[in-house]
Amino acid sequence: MLLLAALAVLAATAVAAAALRSLTVAAAGCVAAAAAGIAAAGSVLLGGDAGEVRWTTPLGFQGALRLDPLSAWFLLVFLFVAALCAIYGRRALAASTRPMGMQAGGYGLLVLSMCVLVAAGDALTFLMAWELMTLAAFLLVTHEHHRPEVRRAGLLYLVLTHAATACLLALFAWLAASAHSLDFADMARHPPLRPRTASALFALAAIGFGCKAGAWPLHVWLPAAHPVAPSHVSGLLSGIVIKAGIYGLLRTLPLLGPLPAGCGLALLIAGVASALLGVLSALAQHELKRLLAYHSIENIGIILIGAGAGFIALGAGRPVVAALGFAGALLHVANHALFKALLFLAAGAVGKSAGTLQIDRLGGLARTMPQTALWFALGAAAISGLPPLNGFVSELLVYLSLLGGAFALPLWAQAASLLSLSTLACVGGLALACFAKATGAVFLGTPRTEVRAHEAPRGMLAPMALLGVSCLAVGLAGRPLMGALARPVLQLSGASLADTVAAGALPAVGAIGAVLIALSAALFALRALLLRTRAEAGPTWGCGYAHAAPSMQYTAASFAQPLLAVFRAALLPQRHATLAASPFPTRVSAEQHSPDPVERFALTPALQGGAAVFGLLRRAQPARVQWYALLVGVALVTLLLWGTR
Amino acid sequence: MRTALHVLLFLLLPPLLQGVINRVKAAFAGRRGPSVLQLYFDLWKLLRKGAVYSTTTTWAFRLGPAASLAALLLAALLLPLGGGLPAPVSFAGDVILFAYLLGAARFATVLAALDTGSSFEGMGASREVTFSALAEPALFLSIAALAIARGSLSWTAMLSGQMQVWHLFGPALAMLVGALFLVALAENSRIPFDDPNTHLELTMVHEVMILDHSGPDLAFILYGASLKLFLLGAIVMRLALPLEASIPAHVALFVAGMLVFAVVVGIVESTFARLRMNRVPQILIAAGVFAALAVAVILIRVGA
Repeated sequence: MLLLAALAVLAATAVAAAALRSLTVAAAGCVAAAAAGIAAAGSVLLGGDAGEVRWTTPLGFQGALRLDPLSAWFLLVFLFVAALCAIYGRRALAASTRPMGMQAGGYGLLVLSMCVLVAAGDALTFLMAWELMTLAAFLLVTHEHHRPEVRRAGLLYLVLTHAATACLLALFAWLAASAHSLDFADMARHPPLRPRTASALFALAAIGFGCKAGAWPLHVWLPAAHPVAPSHVSGLLSGIVIKAGIYGLLRTLPLLGPLPAGCGLALLIAGVASALLGVLSALAQHELKRLLAYHSIENIGIILIGAGAGFIALGAGRPVVAALGFAGALLHVANHALFKALLFLAAGAVGKSAGTLQIDRLGGLARTMPQTALWFALGAAAISGLPPLNGFVSELLVYLSLLGGAFALPLWAQAASLLSLSTLACVGGLALACFAKATGAVFLGTPRTEVRAHEAPRGMLAPMALLGVSCLAVGLAGRPLMGALARPVLQLSGASLADTVAAGALPAVGAIGAVLIALSAALFALRALLLRTRAEAGPTWGCGYAHAAPSMQYTAASFAQPLLAVFRAALLPQRHATLAASPFPTRVSAEQHSPDPVERFALTPALQGGAAVFGLLRRAQPARVQWYALLVGVALVTLLLWGTR
Repeated sequence: MRTALHVLLFLLLPPLLQGVINRVKAAFAGRRGPSVLQLYFDLWKLLRKGAVYSTTTTWAFRLGPAASLAALLLAALLLPLGGGLPAPVSFAGDVILFAYLLGAARFATVLAALDTGSSFEGMGASREVTFSALAEPALFLSIAALAIARGSLSWTAMLSGQMQVWHLFGPALAMLVGALFLVALAENSRIPFDDPNTHLELTMVHEVMILDHSGPDLAFILYGASLKLFLLGAIVMRLALPLEASIPAHVALFVAGMLVFAVVVGIVESTFARLRMNRVPQILIAAGVFAALAVAVILIRVGA
């Protein structure tokens, strides 16, 4: 069985790569496992049956691995992106002097745990893979643990995701107890839940999986942890590891049976908040990888909007609308994995070559790194949802589900759909603004500071190129895409994607995308023909000013300023300005930072309060063994008395 | 045959709109003004001229105008003439594709502007993305309102046979026309959002971004701008003047309607002043509120 082969290869890879401290071994193992795993997932998506593996653990638990269409879709996405990031990482960290054993082994372990996670057929295997994934990701994030901010980010990640895992334990414990089985197939067969119970279980799942996915307001660890990791790991974390949270939601929510109406609405609202606040925070960032990390929150928001619209429509008995929502969410999972990995890899190439990722210290890199610039611009257009690239196709499906929801649902659901629709439209415009800022300030214009950049080596460019071409291919695929999505969408919604409006829209969008590329090329050629030899070179027109300097260019911060001013109530930016005080000022400066409001006003006070409480407890602790013995004795006697009562 | 007619109209008419607007503005100012065909002459001249490229620029600057024009040309295929003449390309969801093709055109223009490294052009690009992001909710809510009123997700159904919709949802449609008219003016950087008359002092958005383009590139951009005004104008016009007739007469009605739209834009530009920059978001949000009210009215009428 191909899936087992892939898992075995990954397990061997993790051990061998850690032992040999070799990223090459990790990359080779990932590629081999990807070949086997993608074949297995592909056969399931095309209608085959992958069968299942069952076993009984020594304590009598029944375990299972099986690949249904939903699992297969995630497995396909995970392995494709993981293999490309591994190839990139091998070259990107080639010159690093830090020990590689943890990095190489951790990578293999992370990919292995994710594959087991999506294939897990029972709660115990699922939770063990979940825990392994969290720990492996921690190892990878803290690669540069000599830097204090990396240690802090890693710790924040570990603490918050573990707090969330506690919710998952409670969720699965309840489901297992009521079904008397750990197997997902049996868990669905419980008597109908009371609405309050269903809502409570939904809340456990939403907190547990939402934190991992980075949904607002549980996202605080994400923009801290993702940027400090090596770039290919950032790509892996933002591209696929956070999608494990989405997978968990889509796997467990159907187990609860019909959800109360408020649950789908809660997902939709979380999605809208994540999308809008994520993109606004991204717009305010000054560091490229942190900007990209905030965009992950935005895209998780778009996925949640699709899923929320799906669950609302399902609850209202509209499976055809639900199919559109789930199709949009699933396709956006794949698309975001492709373009976010691409953007992180390109950003990593910039950081490695230019030595900084501060956007306002860069500029003009399209001259020195033309290929990296091209791939970054392509990824930027894709993440902004522009045709003919893949981001547009999934956003179109989400829009169609919201418009479908505005047609034929109860009035509250219509209102929610329309509100989400207008927010999503604004988010699209803001994402375009943010990526125009990032692409323009980093790659276009002239360098703002003296950086000696050079093009990335081929070992780093090739994975970027493959990801970029995949973005384009998915954007143009149309009909094959419908085929690939059909079975997972059917599993989630119970309706066929071919019966929805997507059946007409997706092929048309693919065809128009192809025409768009051809027409652009034709016009570009026409222009070259018209110009022939009549193109001259000169300086940029300086509006009559003759000595323009690179530092006079519009900065990324200024570029984003008008939008940040409109949305300042949501971001609460902090300004520090030293204004000119005399006719001959010596130093004038102004800076504006937008620290995360959730971190500033909720998490930091909570952590400080917690520290104060635990400080009191610590004071109450005696420092003598005799005291502990006495306490243990007292506890024992109390329990005995209580037991014999 | 019908497709050929559509393509001819949408390819040939747009520059005429600019000529009419300029003649109306000249009439208000007591001048004779340039010929209504002036933009055609300008385009012809620019296509035959050479171009100067800043040494700062890269492929982004050269590709920008062509890609932007290509996206707008494809968007033109999605709008119907109305009156039994459907759009050449029409499917459920083409309204979303239309909006995102305008977005793709904008992205190409903005990157080309940032490629020059000029702070002036950066400023224009920043304002372009700001205003269009804020105009987006108004556009999409208007689309949703029309979709609910007509039970369709395609421009062809939304912009044909409007008479009965006016009977059913008259006040809501009037608000939609207002919202979409504001969106059309904002997206095209026209008064009261921006003054398109100059390249420097008075002008703040679109004309600022294209300062460094010359020759065929500039021709592509000027033609694309006139096409974009024509497209958004056609939507507003088909909503506001829902008259229909048999095919030859309908084409004449369509052309006449577009000329009326140009005259209205010219009158607005002659009688209003450009807004201060920090007022623009308020007007765009007001357009969004108009559209939201229209949706609410239509939802309640449909539900009742």
